[in-house]
Amino acid sequence: MNKVKQKDLILYSGLIILGLAAPFLFSAFKVQLTYLCVLIILAMTWNLQGGEMGYNSFGNILFYGLGMYLTASVQVGMFFPLAEWTESGGEKTFVHTTAQYFQGIGVGLLVAAIVPTLVAGAIGYAILGLRGHYFAICTLGLGIAAGEIAGGIEIIGAGQGFTTPPFPAEIVDPEARGKFFYFLSFFVLVLAFIFVKYIYDSRFRLILNAIRDNEDKAEAMGIQTMKYKIVGWMCSAFFCGLAGGIMGGLIGYIDSTDVAFDGREMGVFMVLMAILGGKGTLWGPIIGATLFHFFKEGLWTFILGWQYVALGVLIVVIVVYFPEGLMGWLREKYPDRFGEVIDEKDRKAQVEIK
Amino acid sequence: MDLLIFQAPILIVQASLDGILIGILFALIAYGMALQWGVMNIINIAQGDLVILGGYIAYTMYLVGIHPGWGVIVSPIIMYFVGYGLYKLVINKVVDRDLFISILATFGIAIVMQQLMNFIFGADVVVAQSEYGTTMLFDNSVTLPNSKIFAAVISVIYAIALVIYMKKSKLGRAIRATAQNARAAKILGVDTEKVYAATFGINAALCGVAGALIAITLTLHPYVGLPYTVRSFMIVIVAGLGNLPAVAISGMGLGLFEEFADYILGTEFRIGAVFMLLVFILVYRRFKLSKKREYLK
Repeated sequence: MNKVKQKDLILYSGLIILGLAAPFLFSAFKVQLTYLCVLIILAMTWNLQGGEMGYNSFGNILFYGLGMYLTASVQVGMFFPLAEWTESGGEKTFVHTTAQYFQGIGVGLLVAAIVPTLVAGAIGYAILGLRGHYFAICTLGLGIAAGEIAGGIEIIGAGQGFTTPPFPAEIVDPEARGKFFYFLSFFVLVLAFIFVKYIYDSRFRLILNAIRDNEDKAEAMGIQTMKYKIVGWMCSAFFCGLAGGIMGGLIGYIDSTDVAFDGREMGVFMVLMAILGGKGTLWGPIIGATLFHFFKEGLWTFILGWQYVALGVLIVVIVVYFPEGLMGWLREKYPDRFGEVIDEKDRKAQVEIK
Repeated sequence: MDLLIFQAPILIVQASLDGILIGILFALIAYGMALQWGVMNIINIAQGDLVILGGYIAYTMYLVGIHPGWGVIVSPIIMYFVGYGLYKLVINKVVDRDLFISILATFGIAIVMQQLMNFIFGADVVVAQSEYGTTMLFDNSVTLPNSKIFAAVISVIYAIALVIYMKKSKLGRAIRATAQNARAAKILGVDTEKVYAATFGINAALCGVAGALIAITLTLHPYVGLPYTVRSFMIVIVAGLGNLPAVAISGMGLGLFEEFADYILGTEFRIGAVFMLLVFILVYRRFKLSKKREYLK
C-alpha cells in the first residue's frame, strides 16, 4: 500500500512541476496551455455527473457561460457603470487601474463560482427529476435558451457582445498576461483535481455510482437520491463557473452564442472529451481532454474551414465505435492493472456459453 | 401595456392564423420524429437539419428556374435516399443501444450536415419565392400569404397519405409490427433491418416535404435546424407516440405559442421562448408524474 502511495506522490509532484514549468518551457503556447487547463477542468467535472452519476448533461455550458458573464460584469460593475461600458462597445472610455483589475477579477471569479452553484441547486430539483435522454434534451434546451436570452439582454451587450476589461497597461511585461491566466487556470485545475480525487475516494462516489447503475434500487436502499444528484450537479457547476470566468478574461470578448453559451463547441467538447478518455474514470477525462486538444490544435489549421465537419465525424466515430473510451479499452485489455481480478474458470465458462 | 398586440386586436387574428398554419407544418415534422422514435427507439437530433436540407433542395430548384412548389414532390424523393444512406452509414449501428449514444451520434451528423450546407449554399438567409400572392382578410388588415395555406394543405395531404399507407400497405404493416415488438416481428419473418431503413427513409422524406414548404413560407439558413428538432421533440412528448390527432393539435398549439411569443416578447426572444417552453413542458410532466411516483420513460 505504502509503495503505491509513493508512486502516486512521484507522479503528482512530477505533474505539478511540469505544470509550473510549462509556461517557461513552451512560452509561445501559453494561451493554448491555459485552454488545455480549462478543457481538462470542464471534462473532469462533466464526468462527475455525466460519467459517475449517469446524468448526461449537455447543459453544463449554462454554468460556464453564466460564470463568464458574471466575472466580466462584476469586474466592470464594481468600478464603472455597466450599461455605459457595454454601450461604448470596443471604444474604451473607462480604464481599470492595476489594483482595480485584479480586485475585480478576484471578486468576479468568486461570484462566478458561487452563483452558478446556487443556480444548479435551485433548478436541480426540477431538472434532475428527469431521467436518461429526457434529462439530456432538457439540459440541451436550457443551454441554448440561455444563449438566446443572453443575446437579447441590453445591459450585457446583447447581440453585439461584451468586451471584458483589458489587462492593465501599467504592467509592461508582455508575458505577464499569458502567465497570469495560465497560473490562474492551473491553480483551479489543481483545485479541481484534488476535489475530484477526494470524491473518488469517498462514499459520495459510491452513491453516485449506485444512482447511475440503478436509481430505483438505490432509492430502495434508503439513499436520498435527489439530494445527492443535486449536490453532484452543484459540484460540476462550481468549476464550470470558474472555468467560464477565466476563459472570459482570456478571450477578452464575450458573445452570447459563440463564446459564452457555446453549445456547439464547448458544450459538446466537454462531453466528447470525457467519452474519448473514458467516462467514469479519474484519469480518463484528463487524458481525453489532452488528446482532444492536441488533435484539435494540430489538425484544425490543416483543414481550415472543414474543422466542424471533422468534429462531427469525430463525434460519430467516437460514439459509435469507442463508447467506452480509451480507459475502457485499456481496462478491457489489461484488467489486472485496474485492480480487477479475473477468474479464469469463470471467463472460460462465459465464453462457452456464448 | 403599450404592446402592439393589445392596441390592435386584429393582430390577434393575424397571429392566430399564422400560428395555426405554421403549426401544421411543425406537426408534420413531429409526425416523422414520432414514427422513427416509436419504431427504432432513436431520438434524432439531426431531424431539423434534414428539414433544412429538404428546404435547400427546393431552393436549388428555384435557382435553376423550376417553380419551388414542385419541391414538395422532388424533395421527399431525394431525401428518402439521403435518409436511407444515413441509416446504412451510421444509424444502423446505434439502434438497440443506449439512447444517449443515438443522441450524440445524431448530434455529430447534425454538425456535419450544417457545415456541408454552409459550404454548398452559403451562410446567407435565403427564401425561395413562390409568387403565390397573398390573401387579404378583414378590410386588408390581416395579410395571409397563399404559400402558407398551400403549405398547410400539402402537409395535411401528406400526413393522411402516410396514415393510409401505414394501414394498408405491406411495408406499413411490417413497420407497425416492428414498433409493437421488434423481436416478435423478426420471428414472424419481418426483415427488421429493412423496416428500420425504410422508416428512417420515410422520416427523412417527410422532413423533405416540410423543408420544401419551409423554403417557400419561411426562411432557410444552414444553422437553424436545431429549433426544428426541439419543436418536433416537444410536440412528440406532449402528444405521445403514434397519436396523430394529438400531434396535429399540439403542433398548432406550439405554432400559436410561438406567434404570440413573437408579438409579446419580441422577435429576438422567439427561439429562446421555444427552448424555454421545452424545459417547462419537461419539468411540468416530471412533477405531474412524480406525484404518482413515476418518471418520464
